[in-house]
Amino acid sequence: MTDVLSAPLVVEFPFTRSLGPVQSAFLTGLRERTVLGVRTDEGTVLVPPVEYDPVTANELRELVEVAATGTVTTWAWNPSPRRNQPLGTPFAWVLVRLDGADTALLHALDAPGPDAVHAGMRVRIRWAATRTGAITDIACFEPYDGAAGPDEPAPHDGEFTDPVTGIVAAARLDYVHSPGRAQSAYLKALAGHRTVGERCPACRKVYVPPRGACPTCGIATAEQVEVGPRGTVTTFCIVNIKAKNLDIEVPYVYAHIALDGADLALHGRIAGIPYDQVRMGLRVEPVWAEGTAHPDHYRPTGEPDADYDTYKELV
Amino acid sequence: MRDVAIVAFAQTAHRRRTDELSEVDLLMPVLHEVLGATGLKANEIGFTCSGSADYLAGRAFSFTMALDGVGAHPPISESHVEMDGAWALYEAWVKIMTGEADTALVYSYGKSSPGEVRDVLTRQLDPYYLAPLWPDSVALAALQAQALIDAGDTDEAALASIAARSRADATTNPHAQLTGDVPAGDHLVHPLRTGDCPPIGDGAAAVILAVGETARALCARPAWIRGIDHRIEAHSLGVRDLTDSPSTRLAAQHAGAFERPVDTAELHAPFTSQEVVLRKALTLGDDTRVNPSGGALAANPIMAAGLIRLGEAAARIHRGESDRALAHATSGPCLQQNLVAVLEGETAHA
Repeated sequence: MTDVLSAPLVVEFPFTRSLGPVQSAFLTGLRERTVLGVRTDEGTVLVPPVEYDPVTANELRELVEVAATGTVTTWAWNPSPRRNQPLGTPFAWVLVRLDGADTALLHALDAPGPDAVHAGMRVRIRWAATRTGAITDIACFEPYDGAAGPDEPAPHDGEFTDPVTGIVAAARLDYVHSPGRAQSAYLKALAGHRTVGERCPACRKVYVPPRGACPTCGIATAEQVEVGPRGTVTTFCIVNIKAKNLDIEVPYVYAHIALDGADLALHGRIAGIPYDQVRMGLRVEPVWAEGTAHPDHYRPTGEPDADYDTYKELV
Repeated sequence: MRDVAIVAFAQTAHRRRTDELSEVDLLMPVLHEVLGATGLKANEIGFTCSGSADYLAGRAFSFTMALDGVGAHPPISESHVEMDGAWALYEAWVKIMTGEADTALVYSYGKSSPGEVRDVLTRQLDPYYLAPLWPDSVALAALQAQALIDAGDTDEAALASIAARSRADATTNPHAQLTGDVPAGDHLVHPLRTGDCPPIGDGAAAVILAVGETARALCARPAWIRGIDHRIEAHSLGVRDLTDSPSTRLAAQHAGAFERPVDTAELHAPFTSQEVVLRKALTLGDDTRVNPSGGALAANPIMAAGLIRLGEAAARIHRGESDRALAHATSGPCLQQNLVAVLEGETAHA
């Protein structure tokens, strides 16, 4: 257990999503403090609205405006809000049927405690101070004892100036990644400028980097084998386009390198030789950069080229 | 129609964390166990199908690495579903029914320990109306639980007794993560207490399917799949009646579950309140043994827990403890998607 490495891993991506005509009208409406629903062929009003009837799959386009007041249909008290949730203080998750709607919308209800919440309670929308055309334009719901909105929703053409046509749905998840036993051993050896693989007990092949299993035999590998440091270029390509944030002059060569003693080639950059003189069979050795946990690149050793037969299985 | 059976089942001892194990390390023992039980070699399997989700461990294409544990070279016929392994089993069953394979290896795994599973599961929600609010899996289950309480279908004491029965049954399940006298605990999201919620953990499972005489040759008492079907509810929670599960009922009907009573039901109900919904949808009476394994309340390796329900039901038939069992798997919030299979032993046990 103590031999296993772990490190924080953040997976973050701003998903850019386009909106269809119904969702665009709904989210733009929220920006303008107007709640829109969509009417089905049967006459029921869906809020939040969708483009297709969840029962018949018929296309839905008839927008209507419903009230900003409604009734809680079910709820759940959340004593410990989590990151990104609508309120930072304890709140109730609620499904709210807005006046004029036949279905319920999920959101948060700001209430003093679970005893203050029940199905059937009357609530109204608390609008966010800054609204952009997103479900979070509703900051939350709050208890409300005023008059109910009209039961019959008003027709709405869904037209707004400067409609919102897309949203950016930011998503960030935090992990602590452990690569497991085999890759931990590999990474630790690299830190000491050594490369280790693992030998399959059945087919005897040495895998670098080791993944803990032989993909041919489907069994665990455990026997550690030091490979390299020298190796042979088995195949390569010439990179002509400079990657963003990468401080390497083009053209450069990216190669598969079979380290001596390994039965699988790994990837590496070749330097110390003009790019157009790199060739299959070229003998290379790693160049370790200061303070990094992997070789910066590989350079020619000056040995004669390897015979094709010695690496043809690895191309 | 071809007769298809589950002929072998294996699962890991499910644990809160398995930092020392990569996904393939987690999987390999169960793959070897089902292959060993049948005597089949990986290259003799007609079709391989797996279920998992990259979001759990935060690693892209992790299922391709997991394939190392199968031995995928020389090339095999293989597929993957980004769902619980129960749906991988469904795909494998279709493959066998169409005559394209006679045997199948189905496996699934989930490592929940690297991340915060309550946050991770919010990413499967509608990205326009739900995901930006980050309603976590417990919160959504709690909304359903409160709806059931308001409808008079259950109360907190009844939910606690479901939890207690499950964890008591799990004491005889060596694979279970949470067993015995588990305190009800505080409200995690009211009305659900920690005791109403499943443990979070890492685990894997595998089964082997085989057709007709092959199944009989591989297993003394195959668990024949007499019917299997899966259905889905409308996505929006506010459109659904959360106290009912019409998709489960319909899947069960198509799987033939209502033709004769079942003696065993393995229900994939990670939350106590979901068992209430499923029992109602499936009209299960007291004469049906529900979740003798302890169910998902005892071990809930996400993406494997549904396949484990099929495996546990089949294993009871293999052991002669059941003649006709129902297995259910779910996916998504508040029982959104549901799969039901009916498994039978060929002859009544003595």
